[in-house]
Amino acid sequence: MTSSSHTHGSQQSNRLQDGGRIDRSKTLTFTYNGKQYKGYAGDTLASALLANGVDIVGRSFKYSRPRGIVAAGAEEPNAIMQVGATEATQIPNVRATQQSLYDGLVAGTTNGWPSVETDLMEYVGKVGGKMMPPGFYYKTFMFPQSMWETYETYIRKAAGLGRAPKERDPDSYDKMNQHCDVMIVGAGPAGLAAALTAALAGARVIIADEQSEFGGSLLSSTETLDGKPASEWVTDVVKELATFDDVMMLPNSQVNGYHDHNFLTIQQHCTDQFADRAPNGQVAQRLHRVRAKWVILATGAHERPLVFGNNDVPGCMVANAVSTYINRYGVVPGNDLVLMTSNDNAYRTALDWHDAGRNVVAIVDSRKNPQGTLVDAARERGITIMVGSGVIDVQGGKRVTGVSIAPLNDAGDEVAGSIVKMKADTVASSGGWSPVIHLSCHTGARPVWNDDILGFTPGATVQKQLTAGAINGSFSTAQALLEGLSAAQDAVQLLGLTEVEVALPVTEEITESKAMALFHIPHTKPTAKAPKQFVDYQNDVTAAGIELACREGFESIEHVKRYTAMGFGTDQGKLGNINGMAIAAKTLNQTIPQTGTTIFRPNYTPVTFGAIAGRDCGALFDPERYTAMHSWHVEHGAKFEDVGLWKRPWYYPKANETMQDALNRECVATRESVGILDASTLGKIDIQGKDAREFLGRVYSNAWAKLPIGKCRYGLMCGEDGMVFDDGVTSCLGENHFLMTTTSGGAAHVLEWLEIYHQTEWPELEVYFTTVTDHWATMTISGPNSRKLLEKITDGDVSKDSMGFMDWKTMKVAGIPARVFRISFTGELSFEINVQANYGLHVWKALFEHGEEFNLTPYGTETMHILRAEKGFIIAGQDTDGSVHPFDLGLSWAVAMKKPFSFIGKRGMQREDCVRPDRKQLVGLKTIDPKVVLPEGAQGVLDPNAPIPMPMVGHVTSSYWSANLNRSIAMGFVKGGLEKMGEKVFYPLADGRVIEAEICNPVFLDPKGERQHV
Amino acid sequence: MFHIYCPHCCEYREEEEFHASGQAHIPRPLDPDACTDQEWGEYMYFRKNPRGIHHELWVHAAGCRKFFNITRDTQTYEIKEVYKIGEQPSVVANSDQ
Amino acid sequence: MSDVTLETPEEQPIKLVENQLPDDNTVGDKVVGESPLHHADLDSIAQKGPQEGGVYFREQKLMGMLTLRCVPSAAQQKTIKSLLGVALPMEPLTSVTKGEGEEAISVRWISPDEWLIIVAGDKAFELESRFHEKLKGHFSIVNVSGGSTIFEVSGDHVVDMLKKSTAVDFHISEFPVGKVVSTVFAKSGAVICRIGEKHFELVVRRSFADYLWLWIQDASREYGLAVKA
Repeated sequence: MTSSSHTHGSQQSNRLQDGGRIDRSKTLTFTYNGKQYKGYAGDTLASALLANGVDIVGRSFKYSRPRGIVAAGAEEPNAIMQVGATEATQIPNVRATQQSLYDGLVAGTTNGWPSVETDLMEYVGKVGGKMMPPGFYYKTFMFPQSMWETYETYIRKAAGLGRAPKERDPDSYDKMNQHCDVMIVGAGPAGLAAALTAALAGARVIIADEQSEFGGSLLSSTETLDGKPASEWVTDVVKELATFDDVMMLPNSQVNGYHDHNFLTIQQHCTDQFADRAPNGQVAQRLHRVRAKWVILATGAHERPLVFGNNDVPGCMVANAVSTYINRYGVVPGNDLVLMTSNDNAYRTALDWHDAGRNVVAIVDSRKNPQGTLVDAARERGITIMVGSGVIDVQGGKRVTGVSIAPLNDAGDEVAGSIVKMKADTVASSGGWSPVIHLSCHTGARPVWNDDILGFTPGATVQKQLTAGAINGSFSTAQALLEGLSAAQDAVQLLGLTEVEVALPVTEEITESKAMALFHIPHTKPTAKAPKQFVDYQNDVTAAGIELACREGFESIEHVKRYTAMGFGTDQGKLGNINGMAIAAKTLNQTIPQTGTTIFRPNYTPVTFGAIAGRDCGALFDPERYTAMHSWHVEHGAKFEDVGLWKRPWYYPKANETMQDALNRECVATRESVGILDASTLGKIDIQGKDAREFLGRVYSNAWAKLPIGKCRYGLMCGEDGMVFDDGVTSCLGENHFLMTTTSGGAAHVLEWLEIYHQTEWPELEVYFTTVTDHWATMTISGPNSRKLLEKITDGDVSKDSMGFMDWKTMKVAGIPARVFRISFTGELSFEINVQANYGLHVWKALFEHGEEFNLTPYGTETMHILRAEKGFIIAGQDTDGSVHPFDLGLSWAVAMKKPFSFIGKRGMQREDCVRPDRKQLVGLKTIDPKVVLPEGAQGVLDPNAPIPMPMVGHVTSSYWSANLNRSIAMGFVKGGLEKMGEKVFYPLADGRVIEAEICNPVFLDPKGERQHV
Repeated sequence: MFHIYCPHCCEYREEEEFHASGQAHIPRPLDPDACTDQEWGEYMYFRKNPRGIHHELWVHAAGCRKFFNITRDTQTYEIKEVYKIGEQPSVVANSDQ
Repeated sequence: MSDVTLETPEEQPIKLVENQLPDDNTVGDKVVGESPLHHADLDSIAQKGPQEGGVYFREQKLMGMLTLRCVPSAAQQKTIKSLLGVALPMEPLTSVTKGEGEEAISVRWISPDEWLIIVAGDKAFELESRFHEKLKGHFSIVNVSGGSTIFEVSGDHVVDMLKKSTAVDFHISEFPVGKVVSTVFAKSGAVICRIGEKHFELVVRRSFADYLWLWIQDASREYGLAVKA
């Protein structure tokens, strides 16, 4: 359309005066590649571009050839756009054929840098093409491996696969869970008939369609139903469906995935079909997660283009797409049409073109003697029909200028006569229809070849799935309606509902003659030397490329796919795959079913990350769990650490303090006076029942038979393999009543651990577990002045004589009933105060009101880690990694091997490997230079001069600067370490330093434990 | 995404409420201390990985927190039956009959 | 041990039961508990914020909640009925409620051997104590009042908001009034009970309350959210 290039932006030269479903009273302005154009409400971006005579919408992946729009739906391979008016609203890989036009829409081509009209790459491409045969990834770019990143950058830039926005998307996205009796995919004649039938029977129905309006093929058809335009029937059905409360209609909604047990995902375009940004509060896109009792796939079919020379020159289109643009959008994308077909159906395109007042140069039919209603209609209009022929190539660069037509032999695989050249600007082609079986493949069903329709249809499935219409190869409207009705009646029956009779509209009588199996039009030259014959436009895969792949030994269609990249693009081979398989089959001298097909996987079309993320982003990306005292921590400048989902205070820096300054201050204040820790996150499990004590004895490695009421005990929990996975203090509240604490991160796992043993192994034990983690706010005051502080605000007697180490009592603290446990993780005199969480902040604040005279200092998890390391206390998960048993940790005192019941872990820790003398054992590590802090994770060696790879003896698990000891302290594993006290171990670091350390007892401070017993 | 019938809640729920806890019917030896290393190793580490019918232990983690068994076809992902702890499956692989 | 009630005082206490709330006669003003959403100051939002919306939100603060675990024998069921004033709902996913205001009680099925009992905040200890006094045999009852809070959500779009948050089917035919489910809610969990056609109660864990409040605000945005005091 060279003539139209002068009128860009001023008028829609290809737009018909009337007809179509567009609203000519609503003019919309949009920008494409920096130029302004006009279209109408009801247009897609693609129809508006064609209306304006825009021929080139991109450059090809490998050869940088100009490309135009070829299709009108999800199968469009070329018109892949970057849409978005601002950086933040960029959406890559939008198919122009599926994007509704709206006022102010800004779109640009994805491919073709720096400009689609004059692409420098075209010249490179022309040269480069020869150097880039199929498999070029493997042949050229994989070696040397180190260069891959460089190549990839080049390939990506040259290919232009769209780009993600660099700014935060301001829109919100959403997910919604849906349930229904019948999920109908596709709202064409089959889907609508099914929906109406199911709805009338009282079923809960969801019907989704990717297009902006329901109706499918009927929207672009000239057929009549009940003697009226088909679209009137569509309007009536949609109106009727809207009256049912239990029918959900989702236009603009792509069913992208069909997963196990009838779970489907639908991407609904809400506001992005009419605005660049969602109006305030509205959701741009919604992902529906549907669980359906029955699914009816009424997904229709895609027309296959034929493969011929230079079939990618703009102006070459799929026949039915041309009809759609004429009938639905009032756009005739050219002046002089040549239609090439192997079937009757495509004759409609020539009729539509002719009826729109433009010139049909010729219908080129590969069959010798086509007969039927549509053929007759063409003859009546005086359209030239050239039978037994094919278009073997086209001329033109940026637009088709002419065609070469040649007679074909009976098989359609050789040119059998002399070439005729004709002028034309548009070539519509049809090789028949491919059922859209993609969703049916998602759950693993293998498609089946059907010779009658020359296409694959859905294979056997275990899903509760029914199919109707063109997906079954039933391409006529009459058959589609009937199958929709009958599929829904089947579903209704299977659901146990009562069928209601539904009257289907009367369709036109059309007779057709048999289609010819034709995929690849032969040329006078051998395929390798003929003009390029494209199979997969998006990946620049040609017929010659597939033949080459087969000749090089790739016989499995899956291998051919990966070698040539056929079907890899955003269109997933919707147009090209069957043609490619047919060409491979022929080259391999096989039938198509012998060659097989590749399997389609989710998603059917690309899904935005926004829709996948939904509202799980920003502040809602992951839950943050807060304790009852969280607001105090925030107000007091705490830095937080993530422990599981919990936000725990990490340390509380004062003005100008570094982290280490703050830790030093917190550590010293606690040991010199008193510090306070929010320990609410500890897992807490209430255990009741007469067998509670027995149960504890089975799940902990130590003894519980004699723990008296009012006492607490530390316990180690091991897996059956004998390895420690959690620890904590459990207190005896009553003879049949215990409170277990777990690590903050391990709470849920421990509760489930108790339940699985109770439910599956020992259901006879009378015991119940109830989580009370969130019920109690827990604060630990620790340090020599902790008792004095507590005494100021309690009515309980917390004196040494009345409340010894590892005792617990109830008392009031700041007027609130509390459970107070005299346990210590710092080695200091320490009280853990538990109150009902709704009073936690009250008690916490009261402690500070009374704590000023003691310089009560809040400390976080980091100081807690340092203080416990000074005492050599382990942290499960830091000093253990699932491969250490209690003996490795030097905790043999916490294992009661003589207990009558073989507790969990006992047998495991007696395995041969577990009793080796040279196991890695946890020891203390003192660096020779006290100022040097070992990095956690550093690997130790006994001989720093050993040749690489040095034999490693274990790693550092915990390492800190101890302000109280004025030196570094560390713990770590050393092979046979418990027998190596006083010996040296070396830590060679990545920066070349070698840190020397002495193996020591891990209790660095107060080895006799006097401080906690005062 | 499986759709799983919980035999305790007596209705279907989404997979996200559940998690799998490995092969079903692996009882803890009554006297672990009497097990040889090989017997203990079998109990601890050796599991089936069949193509086809498989019995699995699941827990309704976000629901009633009860464990139960599922007979599942690992090839088609069909759930053939669910049954409570202590019950035996009615659908078994031919090789197990 | 002033507030410890012993089940069998002359022997070793079998189980610990203690009042966990401050007495009314505490010196000075009575200490008022702070619900998990205390910091959000919902009362002010209720006053100053929108009064109309597609979704209404209210925190039922400081309720009394007890977790009962047992596999009740006929005798136990009888005792429990006399303690609660209502029969224990034995059908899966059902609940029973009785009374209003201070006297209201709601009992929700959680699992075949677990129920959640909801009463007024200051009634929990008394009820818990009476269970220990009267109920014989194997059972456990735990005061969990501080561990959860109740979100009351209602309105024309409440089901839409719930559908964004959980995969449970809320169609009235599948989820009638009185039904209760424990399920995943956003990335946390909730015990959801339908108390009216467009009226639900969500029992959520204290530590997740702020996250879920944020979530509900965001999920309700397109419908308009109004907070009730």
